[in-house]
Amino acid sequence: MGAFNLVPWIIFFPVIGLMLNATIGRRIGERGSALIAIAASSGALVISVLQYLSLGAHPDGAVIHLVDWIGIGTLNIPWAFRVDTLSVTMMLVVSGVGTLIHIYSAGYMHYDVRYKEDPGSYARFFVYLNLFIAAMMILVSGDSYLMLFVGWEGVGLCSYLLIGFWYQRNPDSNKGLLNSLAAKKAFVVNRIGDFGFLLAMFMIFWAFGSLNFADILPQAGTVAPWIIMFITIAMLLGVTGKSAQLPLFVWLPDAMAGPTPVSALIHAATMVTAGVYLVARSAPVFAAVPAAQSTVALVGAVTALFAATIAVGQYDIKKVLAYSTISQLGFMVAAVGMGTFVAGMFHLVTHAFFKALLFLGSGSIILALERAHHPIDGHEKKKHEGKDHGHFDPQDMRGMGGLRKQIPLTFWVYTIGALGLAGIPPLAGFFSKDEILADAWIKNPLVFILLISAAFLTAFYVGRQLLLVFFGKPRSHPAEKAVESPPVITGPLIALAALVVTGGLINFPGWHPFTNWLAQTLGPELAEPTEFNFFVALLATGLALAAFYLTWMIYGRESLKEKQADPLKQRLGRIFTGMENKWWVDEFYAWLIVRPYKRFAAFLADTIDWKFWHDWVHDSAIANGFRALAHFLANPVDLGVIDGIANGLARSATGLARGLSFFQTGFVRNYALVTFLGVVIMLGYLVFSS
Amino acid sequence: MVPVSYYFALSAILFALGAMGVLIRRNAIIIFMSVELMLNAANLLFVAFARMYAALQGQIYVFFVIAVAAAEVAVGLAIIVAIFRTKKSIDIDEMSSLKG
Repeated sequence: MGAFNLVPWIIFFPVIGLMLNATIGRRIGERGSALIAIAASSGALVISVLQYLSLGAHPDGAVIHLVDWIGIGTLNIPWAFRVDTLSVTMMLVVSGVGTLIHIYSAGYMHYDVRYKEDPGSYARFFVYLNLFIAAMMILVSGDSYLMLFVGWEGVGLCSYLLIGFWYQRNPDSNKGLLNSLAAKKAFVVNRIGDFGFLLAMFMIFWAFGSLNFADILPQAGTVAPWIIMFITIAMLLGVTGKSAQLPLFVWLPDAMAGPTPVSALIHAATMVTAGVYLVARSAPVFAAVPAAQSTVALVGAVTALFAATIAVGQYDIKKVLAYSTISQLGFMVAAVGMGTFVAGMFHLVTHAFFKALLFLGSGSIILALERAHHPIDGHEKKKHEGKDHGHFDPQDMRGMGGLRKQIPLTFWVYTIGALGLAGIPPLAGFFSKDEILADAWIKNPLVFILLISAAFLTAFYVGRQLLLVFFGKPRSHPAEKAVESPPVITGPLIALAALVVTGGLINFPGWHPFTNWLAQTLGPELAEPTEFNFFVALLATGLALAAFYLTWMIYGRESLKEKQADPLKQRLGRIFTGMENKWWVDEFYAWLIVRPYKRFAAFLADTIDWKFWHDWVHDSAIANGFRALAHFLANPVDLGVIDGIANGLARSATGLARGLSFFQTGFVRNYALVTFLGVVIMLGYLVFSS
Repeated sequence: MVPVSYYFALSAILFALGAMGVLIRRNAIIIFMSVELMLNAANLLFVAFARMYAALQGQIYVFFVIAVAAAEVAVGLAIIVAIFRTKKSIDIDEMSSLKG
């Protein structure tokens, strides 16, 4: 049990790393801050591996109680870590892929900070990256929905910070502003999803009186179905936000504005799979209501197909991968929705491998082109002196072509990743995707049709991308001069490629180690092994090969010329325009929500706040009312009543004095006479009264 | 032996003469003298009662009155002199500048 007690260190290591980098990162130079960050991430990886080894001996796992967190009445939420097969799977993916991406970033950001001419951002990048690892670890290791939510919001914050990483305004363009807008969009769209997750948590607390997994999951069957229905649908809203499903997927393509390692780590491999993890973690809850399950499955399947069609029409190398990610997340969500949680988690793991590989590979391609276009190293610089550097977008696939000769290593690993994504045997993607398809074949024909079409399109856009980027003739000057990236960048790519090749072994058909592994957490009835279906496997592979053949016919036989339109455009016409423009979903949302919302806000600001509240209530009603009151108090009250009293008193005193002054004649004899008469009267009174 | 009532009558006549003098005359000195007359009418009465009741208190009061009258004469004459210096007259009807 010894290693289980070390589990908090999966968070402490990255937190120590980020604090070191935040305080002294700028002073110790690039090498120092990268080493700290990589050490922190690998520390988390070592701890995760130790957890994995301990689970071999104690398959039931453990709950490690760190501190008491919230205790109000009967509600008691400790800060506790749950170590079981499901959470350790996620820990291994996050820290493993995370560490490789940390190493890659050390090389990638070295060039990047020079292109952006912002050396201080190097340490800042690694602070955010370590913060992300810490938050993601909280998400996957938490023992309660509340702790999961803390991690959920933490990774959302990191996502926001890293999408807007290049927030500075570029003097040539206002791209910095666009990056900030993309970050804001991701944040706001995720808030909508979080709102759903929060509602689900409130409902869970209301129904179960607790937020700890141990109190909720075993009792899922005992609660009224409509409550479970509400919880699952609200949770689905959270999943669509974080895992970029319909209708909240719009933030993920824009999130590609961030640095490429971020796209690989956060927006492909780990954070966006948090929704899949959430559903798998809540498996007993979802299993209790079949109607909610089929909703989840359909959302996933429709997203898979919808995003795949958009990916076909994109030119930006990272946008293709972004829509591909949405599509693959759709596969996972569909899988967990159908109740095959193992297949979904399996695809999550393999997807983390091949999509991280593809994103990092695309980063290597972009870097190769950028270095050729705008050299910074000494010897490269001399060759290019005096040449005019016009506008060049290193992410546009129309400006690439023929790169397989210039950057062969990147080409080979990228191809492995792409074939893995397309589901070509014996790569990892084949096994995981096939398991999902085989389940769909049995459980839900509609989902099967949607997913197999998506799989066909996946192979198609993958083939299109490979042919546009690596084959044919170079279509720009930098594409001719592209230079291979250094080993610090290609090293992680090779490691990931090895994982893509061998990843299928994790859950090899007939053997099912991963199913048995997860069954220790989910229970045998929620983790049934899927039978390998030869017909489905053959159909999927055949369709993928057919799609490759089709792309070869369209893009491969003759190379695309410079500035030539996509040949698919003539064949598909309007449909391709729709794919190219992402089916106008952003425009639709702008029309449906954003613009009315802004108009409503403007109405509130201009009419309600300014005209009504400021002009009318304050200026007219209150100010004039006050003025009238002041006038009333001044004129009739003060001048009339108060002054009247004072003046009246004065006047009556004057009148009295004037009257009395009649007696003051100034003749002493008069006074003496009065005195005399007074004495006579008094004496007379005294004499005669007695 | 003269009866006490004679003294009473004399005192009353003297007091009435003094009061009339104060009220009627305009010369400040005469008014002053009339005031003295009234004081002495009272003194006469004190002495008459002291004799009648064979008690010395009345006679002691007379001493007080004579002393106060002497002080009054000093102050009063000083005022009259001061008035005369400013007005060149001691007609008290001229002293009416304080009337309302």
